[in-house]
Amino acid sequence: MEKNTRSMYFVPGNEPKMLQDAPVFDPDAIVIDLARRVPATEKDSARILVKEALQFLDYSNVEVIVRINPLSSEYGLKDVETIAPVKPNALMIPKARVEDIQTLANMLSGIEQAQGLEEGTIKLIPMIDSILGLESVHSIINASSRVTAAFLNAEDLAADYGSKRTKEGDEILYARSKVSMACRAAGIEVIDTPYMDINDSEGLEMDTEKANLLGFTGKAAIDGRQVEAINIVFDASLRQAAFPQAHTHI
Amino acid sequence: MLITKTAQAGSTVKSDVLITVSPSETPGIHLELKSKDVILKQFGKQIEKVIMDKVKELGADNVNIRAEDKGALDYTIRARVQAALERASN
Repeated sequence: MEKNTRSMYFVPGNEPKMLQDAPVFDPDAIVIDLARRVPATEKDSARILVKEALQFLDYSNVEVIVRINPLSSEYGLKDVETIAPVKPNALMIPKARVEDIQTLANMLSGIEQAQGLEEGTIKLIPMIDSILGLESVHSIINASSRVTAAFLNAEDLAADYGSKRTKEGDEILYARSKVSMACRAAGIEVIDTPYMDINDSEGLEMDTEKANLLGFTGKAAIDGRQVEAINIVFDASLRQAAFPQAHTHI
Repeated sequence: MLITKTAQAGSTVKSDVLITVSPSETPGIHLELKSKDVILKQFGKQIEKVIMDKVKELGADNVNIRAEDKGALDYTIRARVQAALERASN
């Protein structure tokens, strides 16, 4: 990603009004979802709608990321073939494996060449959303230079190890720490899982502060109203980093 | 593109359009557009042009098209027409 991504706002790919309204909330990035938030019967229609939207709507002030379906599904490759030629900034990959990242990197090189784009223009953002993905995170994010960020999807991850999500998030402390440190070591951005209660602004602020303290560089939003609070927390963090207080050295 | 059955794409929620296509027994493209009177008066010709251009681009003929518009922008109209035609031709 080209700039600091504090907030990443997810919108369903089959709802024109949400596609049009998304930039109004001023997120750093929007994630147009072709996967979880589009029912199987609408995958074809959503894919075409997103292709048209990327060519028509003004997304000049926002990074555009398209969350494709898993490559292991019948929809994943069709998503890439349709969407990559209209130049999203990045593709987000659910259930990402090392071989998926490598396959996609090669596929994108071919599409970029055919479209006259510089190789490496389209970035990749693996989702860490399974136990296997979590334990392979280092390999996944280092599988291609196209990977510029990773996204922790704690809802799916917790479900994978049979845990119940809580507002406090103690059950994902290990996952947050592991993903954050792996991404920091690789020098890429790391985006935290969304706060699921869209009406709890205090909880959102606390959860964002916690992610920030654990090393995350940004956080997902599932409602436009969450974007501003997320930006404020990460802005404050950036200001502190720019003007460090005197440290006590041991 | 051969239209072999009736199919729909889109919806009747705000900013969308519901496109229904079906095979026609008579040659040509037969378009019926429904929207608010004020929209039809101001933008009816433009909406029809967007639909017709997309149908011709995809090479569909002998087809009935019904569009129920809820304030869709051009990109949405194009996308829903394409999706409906592809579904009707499979």
